[in-house]
Amino acid sequence: MTKGVITSIISNLVTIEVDGPVGQNEICLINSNGVQLRAEVIRVNGKEAFAQVFESTRGVKIGSEVDFSGHMLEVELGPGILSKNYDGLQNDLEKMGGIFINTGEITAPLDKDVFYSFTPLAKPGDTVSAGDWLGNVRENWVDHKIMVPFVMEGAYKVKSVVEAGDYKIYDEIAVLVSDDGKEYPITMTQKWPVKQAVRNYRQKIRPYEILQTGLRVIDTFNPITEGGTGYIPGPFGTGKTVLQQAIAKNGEADIVIIVACGERANEVVEIFTEFPELTDPRTGRKLQERTTIICNTSNMPVAAREASVYVGMTLAEYYRNMGLKVLMLADSTSRWAQALREMSNRLEELPGQDAFPVELPATIANFYSRAGCVELNNGNSGSVTFIGTISPAGGNFKEPVTESTSKVAQCFYALSQKRADAKRYPAIDPLASYSKYLDYQEFRENTNANIQEGWVDLIKKTKDIMRKGLEARDQINILGDDAVPVNYHMDFWRSELIDFTIIQQDSFDDVDMNTPMERQKYMINKVIGICDMDLPFDDFQQVGDFYKKLINLIKQMNYSPIDSKEFEQYERALNEQLEQKTAVA
Amino acid sequence: MKTKAFQRIYTEISAITKATCVLKAEGVTYEELAWVDGRPAQAIKVVDDMVTLQVFPGTEGIATKAEVVFSGHPPTLNVGELLSGRFLNAYGDPIDDGPKVEGETRAVGGPAVNPIQRSKPSSLLATGIAGIDLNNTLVTGQKIPFFADPGQPYNSVLAEVAMRAEADKIILGGMGLSHDDYLYFKNTFTQAGVLDKIVCFINTSENPPLERLLIPEMACTAAEYFANDKKQKVLVLLTDMTLYADALAIVANKMDQIPSKDAMPGSLYSDLAKTYEKAVQFAHGGSITIIAVTSLNEGDITHAIPDNTGYITEGQLFLKQDTDIGKVIVDPFRSLSRLKQNVIGKKTREDHPQVMNTLVRLYADAKEAKTKQENGFDLNEYDKRCLRFALEYSERLLAIDINISIDEMLDIGWELMQKYFEKFEVSIKETFMNKYWKKSKVEEGLVEEKVN
Repeated sequence: MTKGVITSIISNLVTIEVDGPVGQNEICLINSNGVQLRAEVIRVNGKEAFAQVFESTRGVKIGSEVDFSGHMLEVELGPGILSKNYDGLQNDLEKMGGIFINTGEITAPLDKDVFYSFTPLAKPGDTVSAGDWLGNVRENWVDHKIMVPFVMEGAYKVKSVVEAGDYKIYDEIAVLVSDDGKEYPITMTQKWPVKQAVRNYRQKIRPYEILQTGLRVIDTFNPITEGGTGYIPGPFGTGKTVLQQAIAKNGEADIVIIVACGERANEVVEIFTEFPELTDPRTGRKLQERTTIICNTSNMPVAAREASVYVGMTLAEYYRNMGLKVLMLADSTSRWAQALREMSNRLEELPGQDAFPVELPATIANFYSRAGCVELNNGNSGSVTFIGTISPAGGNFKEPVTESTSKVAQCFYALSQKRADAKRYPAIDPLASYSKYLDYQEFRENTNANIQEGWVDLIKKTKDIMRKGLEARDQINILGDDAVPVNYHMDFWRSELIDFTIIQQDSFDDVDMNTPMERQKYMINKVIGICDMDLPFDDFQQVGDFYKKLINLIKQMNYSPIDSKEFEQYERALNEQLEQKTAVA
Repeated sequence: MKTKAFQRIYTEISAITKATCVLKAEGVTYEELAWVDGRPAQAIKVVDDMVTLQVFPGTEGIATKAEVVFSGHPPTLNVGELLSGRFLNAYGDPIDDGPKVEGETRAVGGPAVNPIQRSKPSSLLATGIAGIDLNNTLVTGQKIPFFADPGQPYNSVLAEVAMRAEADKIILGGMGLSHDDYLYFKNTFTQAGVLDKIVCFINTSENPPLERLLIPEMACTAAEYFANDKKQKVLVLLTDMTLYADALAIVANKMDQIPSKDAMPGSLYSDLAKTYEKAVQFAHGGSITIIAVTSLNEGDITHAIPDNTGYITEGQLFLKQDTDIGKVIVDPFRSLSRLKQNVIGKKTREDHPQVMNTLVRLYADAKEAKTKQENGFDLNEYDKRCLRFALEYSERLLAIDINISIDEMLDIGWELMQKYFEKFEVSIKETFMNKYWKKSKVEEGLVEEKVN
């Protein structure tokens, strides 16, 4: 293997004089004070390799020796990934000793001594290729498929598969033979370089099915699909993280991968504490059992920030190839972009906009494109849904990360400072935000069949009512309450009704925090029904008072379980109010 | 800085800028501490045998033949119980005429806490100020700055919060502090008789600006000693982080780095996070809470320093002069404590979240009414009630001179809601209304008649 010595150090960028061949993105190990620091080659110039170090370079010396590994940054894939808490390089944080993270500490991502109950799916004589299923093990409650390693090119014959039984991850579970007769022993694990997309599927298909998040402003207003992409930009304090955590909790996915990228450690701790306690209502199992967390918090080494999102995406793709619905969340992609900026700056590259590297838009586009809905070689389907948050500098969406992302992501959830200030949570602006899936023919057909006929049109109508209400509000503000017709006030209050009862949602209330699709459908029909009524009012004062009463009753309904007495009671009170009003007419 | 036999000494500096100097030296480790003509410096770039040192006190008067001595280790602090009651400079040397601090020598700016070793911050840190306790409740292990204009009394509010908060140790990191403010802190701590639980690391505006870079690391290293080794509740006060960031920009500039937004270094976010993320709640009970000050330019929070800070810290507190009551209040709209959800309604009374939100919403309605009024529109009856409510809410709850318990704050909240509003206007969960809404049916009727 190639070796080298350190010739310069600037923060986490080092240059290494090498004695042999090196590859771009190759991983090397710097020997310093008795430990090995991992670094990634990011530029080669003759005998000089530039590498970004994934750890603090404090104490590194000129002349420190470097060993090259011959491969890119890889993750280890196999049973045992779920419920794990990894750092950005897939070190298992639980296995680290001590309160502080020691420089150079490397821990195994999987558990080598745990037994998994294996059932074969392939039999001797089968022809298989990369990504095909050889067997099944139970990982928590998930059917974890043991696959032909993704790196194996071409077709192979299965020579043998072990019988059903308990095996450890490094036990040989199958032997494959290539055309030229060479034998390949297969274990439950494999490795894959994170910067390359896993492509062992038949084809990518257009997403069509809603991925329920339990949030009305998303599912009803701007739905994201299985295999869809979305982004949430917002100034600080508008609830990005609360929103993403709510999606992580309630999202209707088989697997959730959370990448805490350059954000607050306490937010990760919150997930560590809550997820082992919370139950997934669909399976009755703990949320933690379907979740893997990758955290590179803002005080952990910057270079590993970029690695963390790629590690997360690779794990997501791995599970997608088992025919599972995977939801991946990254908070926040801006920190990753900043890490790229720091490095580009140290390499003294000519800067692009706001000093970000010029290839930033391409890097972001490639990354988002790894999400998607796929049809596997065996006909099953799987999906990776990706939602990233963005922390735009100064809260201004006209900045490179937001703009680059807007060109690739299909759903846009704009967090509004104004709504956050008015404590209208979640602070997603219902009109500025969009979901391009609403215009997909596949999506329209699917909702017609599975939710209700004309669902997409109902949503568009609701948005129109909102838009009309805001226009009316502007008129009222300019002309004054009594200078406009009462109609304007009715338009305004209709939009307030939708805002308070459908869009706003209390993520800290046990009932209101998660609204299933069936209930969302019921409520939106109810509320639009009210908006359709032409109610008689004498003056604008009456309009506000009446709608406030309705809002209060519907909010109480939102706080009550749907089949409960209280729910029924509030609904009756609501109907009475409406009947009285219409009776007057 | 005494020179010792085994230290490497060089006397040939090849380049000098206002903040750095470059020389040929061998075997230097990254971030190693050195002395240039007796002035503390740190290795921030090493290329082949050329070492770039950032000279903390500045390079004025340094000659190319100045003596450069390398220490072989990063900057350190001697930690121990003897730190208590001491006033130290950016290098951890006494400025209070006391003896040099004896104790275990530790490198400053140590590694990050493993996230899984942290506990969820969930103990209340009460201050008695309703603008904080009621609307923006603080929690131990939290990090939060005051975003303040230079004219606002942030340092005295900071001292007030420190005195009232229950902490075992208070560590003050002063960066570019005016000498008057330094004396103010010193006098406040002395008069309150709490000197034994104070440690101060002070860089005043009279000291060289680059020394500020060491202050947060010193303060946090001392904090980690008390919080982790001694399992104490530590409160770290950092004022003013804007001046710290300015010092970062100076060094980046002298290193020829391409500046990003507002002439700040591209690594500003990580640099600030390194300090703020030292805030932690340990499972063993020890904690570090950081309350900082970030001074603003005319309230501009989109500037890179407050902007990056806001993304790192767990909320921010805004002070504001309320001209209607003539007092400084904690702005309920722009202030936020992200960790309040961990304690409100759990460690405090159950109705806390809803009362808090409703009061702020009504205050927002009042603000809208006020705009309406200023634009010359007639106010309706609801608007008028909102305005009267806002005045009393500001006076009795938002002003920073309030010092009451959280239960009292909530009671005042209910009192105000009942005084000015109807049941349907507050829209609070029915179970709480039944318990705390004391206004009788008759009274309701009376008000309603008045309205009609």
